[in-house]
Amino acid sequence: MVAFTLNGQPVSVEAAEDEALLHVLRGALDLSGPRYGCGAEQCGACAVLVDGAPAYACAIAASSAAGRSVTTVEGLGSPDTPHALQTALLAEQAGQCGFCLSGMIVAASALLAREPDPDDAAIRAALDPHLCRCGSHNRIIRAVQRAAAEMRA
Amino acid sequence: MSDLDRRAAPPGKLPGNLATNPRLDRWLAFDAAGHVVVTPGKVELGQGILTALAQIVAEELDVAMARVRLQAAATPDSPNEGVTSGSLSVQDSGMALRHVAAAARAIHLQVAAQRSGVPVEALRVEDGAFLAPDGRAIGSYWAQADAALLACEAPVDARPKPPGERRIAGTSAARIDLPDKVFGAPRFVHDLRLPGMLHARVVRPPARQARLVGLREGALPEGVVIARDGSFLAVVAGSEHDAERAAERLAARATWQATDTLPDPGALADWLRAAPGDHAVIAERDEAAGAATRTIRATFFRPYVTHASVGTSCAVARWQDGTLEVWSHTQGVYNLRADLAKALRMKEEAILVRHMEGAGCYGHNGADDVALDAALAAHAVPGRPVRLLWSRAEELGWGPVSSAMVVEIEAGLDAAGNIATWREEVVSHGHSSRPGRDPNPTLLAVEYMDPPRRIPNAINPPLASGGGAQRNAIPAYRIPRMTIGLKRIAEMPLRCSALRGLGAPVNVLAIESVMEDLAAAAGEDPLDFRLRHLDDPRGRDVLALAAEMCGWRGRAKREGFGLGLAYARYKHTGAYCAVAAEIEALDRVVCRRLWIAADVGEVINPDGVMNQYEGGAIHGVSMALKEQVAFDRRTVTGTRWEDYPILRFSEVPTVETRLIPRPEEKPLGAGEASLAPAVAAIANAIHDALGIRPRAMPFTPDTLATA
Repeated sequence: MVAFTLNGQPVSVEAAEDEALLHVLRGALDLSGPRYGCGAEQCGACAVLVDGAPAYACAIAASSAAGRSVTTVEGLGSPDTPHALQTALLAEQAGQCGFCLSGMIVAASALLAREPDPDDAAIRAALDPHLCRCGSHNRIIRAVQRAAAEMRA
Repeated sequence: MSDLDRRAAPPGKLPGNLATNPRLDRWLAFDAAGHVVVTPGKVELGQGILTALAQIVAEELDVAMARVRLQAAATPDSPNEGVTSGSLSVQDSGMALRHVAAAARAIHLQVAAQRSGVPVEALRVEDGAFLAPDGRAIGSYWAQADAALLACEAPVDARPKPPGERRIAGTSAARIDLPDKVFGAPRFVHDLRLPGMLHARVVRPPARQARLVGLREGALPEGVVIARDGSFLAVVAGSEHDAERAAERLAARATWQATDTLPDPGALADWLRAAPGDHAVIAERDEAAGAATRTIRATFFRPYVTHASVGTSCAVARWQDGTLEVWSHTQGVYNLRADLAKALRMKEEAILVRHMEGAGCYGHNGADDVALDAALAAHAVPGRPVRLLWSRAEELGWGPVSSAMVVEIEAGLDAAGNIATWREEVVSHGHSSRPGRDPNPTLLAVEYMDPPRRIPNAINPPLASGGGAQRNAIPAYRIPRMTIGLKRIAEMPLRCSALRGLGAPVNVLAIESVMEDLAAAAGEDPLDFRLRHLDDPRGRDVLALAAEMCGWRGRAKREGFGLGLAYARYKHTGAYCAVAAEIEALDRVVCRRLWIAADVGEVINPDGVMNQYEGGAIHGVSMALKEQVAFDRRTVTGTRWEDYPILRFSEVPTVETRLIPRPEEKPLGAGEASLAPAVAAIANAIHDALGIRPRAMPFTPDTLATA
């Protein structure tokens, strides 16, 4: 059994020693936000926060999360209590297929937590490990800027 | 309905796909709780089509958008609209639904008038309620939600609103699917969870067409079941983790018989030229022309490229009492059903295909293939739903690719600087091996099942439906003497199929590059040279707008930077687009800015159209500068993102897009219009910066060094 905090709630779950955190989150823990894209830390679709820092859930073992705090896109906000980034992405209509957005939101939330007023280059750098194939990049950058302004207000 | 299938449709006066699916209740229903349930045959691919269709329906019915519920396409009840492809959904599905909604509105108002005695002309509709002149509500769609009212064929004379009265269609309504996607809610087929669901993975061979000749016995994680059909090998397990471990172990125990089947990747262009194929002249013009006094000759090349969806292909399948149920992100539920039936040698009626969204596909990727894989895996565990997910290596290595192409052009100017002659040869594989259209199935696994069946060679749809390799191969410019030829290669060692734009990116690159060389030979500005040879006023308008947006006329030469223009009307019958690109030549070429001028006729959702144009152009930047499928003589070797890089945030240009509104014109699909002109504009910008003409994609330091 692995016990950790998931989106603010304590959870305890059966996991094989080398089972990826992503499989446990999407499997036993029934989440859909973190997504499989490559299994090799190369696309960012699976990104979650571990103790506030972005991590690739596809490449870390669930066992390594023991005793730590894991946050997924579901934990950042909900339709009733959205995170500023989620509100901003909707305001900018920043997405097409949306498959990459969970990971982008998680990465951007970590950026805004450490850098409340990031410039364009800082946003691009923070999101550079994240792939978007639809070409929504510029909208996503605008949404992060909008969320940053919102959060500073 | 796909561009291909549409040719077979009987002639009718009904618009779009209503002609082949004329019953109103096949498309639309009302419920007593106050909803309009719309059941289109087109599917959401991330392009926002569901939102556009909801806008069209809400508009004609005069109901709030929030009342419109879109049901995902599924056999056997959805109208058969073929494949969601070719930037045709607004035209084919949207115009059908506009007519359906107008007809449904008229039928309902007629009934309300008869029941109330208020003349039908006096009634108005407010959010679905029918109001008499004194404001009294005398009925509503919901109160009359009687399915029998719409149990009829659409009347030919339904009258949609005139353009000036539209209030919802034509506005930037928010995407109805986006909230789920920003909150991580289950929405994709990848997120489907059914009671008792198991997880499967495929064990792929080390080479194309390899045969599985040995499989050593050995331990597997508890409960794992092997699903094998000839050389198709998969594992089914209780969890994704166990399925992946089991697939790894099984791969190590499998012995394959493999041979070289692929061309020499180092001499691909030569192979394309030498390969046998069928040749056709697709356009010929022989009008009076001046003698050519100056001639430009050039050859252009693109390697194989692929879809590279960010999510991998996925399907869920379940066998129960002789029936197969499949959940899939296919682009055509009926077409997939047809090929599943052929592959599994069963009746189509025994198969249900339900659409659920996947990651953006940009054409025919592995979405259909994985559905057969899932069906084969699930066959080993009857009654249990099985979710099969492709790995990244499968997505990049085993999905269909877009054909490598060679385009050769020889064009001549007369003494007055007019284009006099144009001879062009396009060499390519076919660009479509989509399921559902050939007597033989085109799904990947059929080449490995027992007995193996060859997937039929990819086809090029006829030009009248947009063409494939020859898409946009005929210059849009005024040219008196012209011969355009096409060779379709007889075999496809790497399976080829549709990818955004089909042949257009290479054809437009070739044409728009030669136009620049011709302009230079004529001593004329390339914008003026294009405008002088372009008769279509809407084409001239987008070119002029893009030029204005980028400051073409007043541009100053900047060291290391280049500015390029390009134009195309997609398929010659679709949406118009001109792109200006600014590049910076560093150790490699970086695209800094794009300006896009667009004309899609009537716009249903301006923000959605701009999103599609911008996304398509960024896809074009990625294809132009980075993409090529790496392979050896046996298989695709570029199976990780580092081997098939696509454009990243740090490389994405800023983009400005403007739409020319033409509400009186027919709507034209937006999804593919900008990719090809973006590729060509970048090539022309590289020439502007470096003085070399890029002729081989992608435009990397290596290929530019040989230009």
